[in-house]
Amino acid sequence: MSWLEKIRPKGPDTKTRDRTQNVPEGVWTKCPKCSAPLYRPELEKNLEVCPKCEHHLRISARRRLDIFLDKEDRQELATEVQPIDRLKFKDIKKYKDRITESQRSTGEDDALIAIKGRLKGMPVVAMAFEFSFHGGSMGYVVGERFTRAAHLALENNIPVVCFSATGGARMQEALISLMQMAKTSAVIEKLKNNGIPYISVMTDPVYGGVSASLALLGDINAAEPNARAGFAGPNIIEQTIRQKLPKGFQRAEFLLEHGAIDMIIARHKMRDTLASLLAKLTYATKSDGADATKNSI
Amino acid sequence: MNLNYLDFEQPIAELEAKIEELRLVGNDSDINITGEIVKLEEKSQKLTKKIYSGLTSWQTVQIARHPLRPHATDYINRVFTDFDELHGDRHFGDDKAIIGGIGRLADKPVVIIGEEKGRGVNEKVYRNFGMPKPEGYRKALRLMEMAERFKMPVVTLIDTPGAYPGIDSEERGISEAIARNLAVMSRLKTPIVCTVIGEGSSGGALAIGIGDHLSMLQYSTYFVISPEGCANIIWKTSTKAAEAAEAMGVTSTVLQELGIIDETISEPNGGAHRNIETMAASLKECLIRQVDELTEVPIDELLEKRYKRLMSYGN
Repeated sequence: MSWLEKIRPKGPDTKTRDRTQNVPEGVWTKCPKCSAPLYRPELEKNLEVCPKCEHHLRISARRRLDIFLDKEDRQELATEVQPIDRLKFKDIKKYKDRITESQRSTGEDDALIAIKGRLKGMPVVAMAFEFSFHGGSMGYVVGERFTRAAHLALENNIPVVCFSATGGARMQEALISLMQMAKTSAVIEKLKNNGIPYISVMTDPVYGGVSASLALLGDINAAEPNARAGFAGPNIIEQTIRQKLPKGFQRAEFLLEHGAIDMIIARHKMRDTLASLLAKLTYATKSDGADATKNSI
Repeated sequence: MNLNYLDFEQPIAELEAKIEELRLVGNDSDINITGEIVKLEEKSQKLTKKIYSGLTSWQTVQIARHPLRPHATDYINRVFTDFDELHGDRHFGDDKAIIGGIGRLADKPVVIIGEEKGRGVNEKVYRNFGMPKPEGYRKALRLMEMAERFKMPVVTLIDTPGAYPGIDSEERGISEAIARNLAVMSRLKTPIVCTVIGEGSSGGALAIGIGDHLSMLQYSTYFVISPEGCANIIWKTSTKAAEAAEAMGVTSTVLQELGIIDETISEPNGGAHRNIETMAASLKECLIRQVDELTEVPIDELLEKRYKRLMSYGN
């Protein structure tokens, strides 16, 4: 808590402020970066990117895949994989209850959605992390869905794209979560050895066990502008080294500068850029040799 | 309070102090108290056994981090012969938190990779407290790939509070370094046996922890996040670490039940540090057996088994 928060009177003041911010609820919102008032329908049309400062707001996994894939021919994968509380984990709340809560608030079963669909006509297996579900953390369901979807891609010779947004491995599944890092890395290695492209797109934020496994193993690693990604969170690093972190630390631009990612892709260009990349990567291995991007946009 | 003993071990410490006192008295006088000493020693052994049979998860964490607990170097010196340490990742530097090299395990050449925390202030700093940076994992990877070329089994000894969380670590791609090891180890064409000898903390441990046989020393621990870290996130205070350790299930007993590890290697009464020689001898015996068994398996079969095993986690 800063000194200002300590001395500022609590109660009515902050409450009034909050209320004015939220009115009229649902129609107007505020850019978390530049504070510009944003008209919700406009923002939605702009793929949740602030028209004033280009800040990429977080979006749900379902919306992410919806704006990425072609409208037709979608099939959700591995929905049979459901959360299990093997450790009967309980802290101040039961893990089971935390899951139910997340399911209720997000409408998703767990933190990863996998869909077999098309990108400008090209078949693709696309996955996205739901950050609002338990911090997008990777436990059994995330690892297993990723793996099943990747195996399907392997059998059908389809490229894989994954949009990550996560705090890391899920504590409540302990070592089972840790082992999902091993599992997903192993299946990605299999894709690699079979010449199946895998593109990883990091979206704000990507940390911990996911960053140290599937998020950085792409044939191509990309990130959305300004997305934060790293192994250890900034707080942990500051506590360890006891110094302030440089500006822009662990942002997409930092990752690009240090050679961790190939490119930064703005949300508006995601479909075009990934389609262009995948068309080139799959050109030689496609049986008919047809370049999908040539005839369908 | 004897600092060589943890707080829950204080009754043992008191008894040991009494024995020591009697010994001194015995040396100075003609009274024969040998019988008494033997009796007390037996009592101390019994007491130790009793305390150690009812350890909580948090107590086990403390033993795994005991200042006298044997480290990778202690085992490398006792388990292997003819050890040549090899340095550097060939790109950036040589990470002292990971020791790597070639040695012999009962005559058979093997590649050895161990995380080393160091003992005493100077060595701890030199070893970065056992927290490897990207170049450490890349050195390990280089040596594992060499093991593959020369058909040498890989033996890893895991003991780390985690990969180093620092600016330089992030700049040089610690995430990628860990991830790359996981990927390559999943298909490395040579047997890999891994043992958690102390503290197996998260990705920093897993990055040298994927193989065909995973063991833990009886009182070592393995977790996805340190109990303090977990407590900080959930309870907003690290003082709840004991509760966090219990909830996460960090001990060899729980992890073997869950099917995460294959084997628990028994420790001497009172933990590995009470008798390093005995501990090293039984570790050696286990490693020889594991490597011998795995070398017998045709390599394709071994890799298929390893892959299936990785895929099965959580099922």
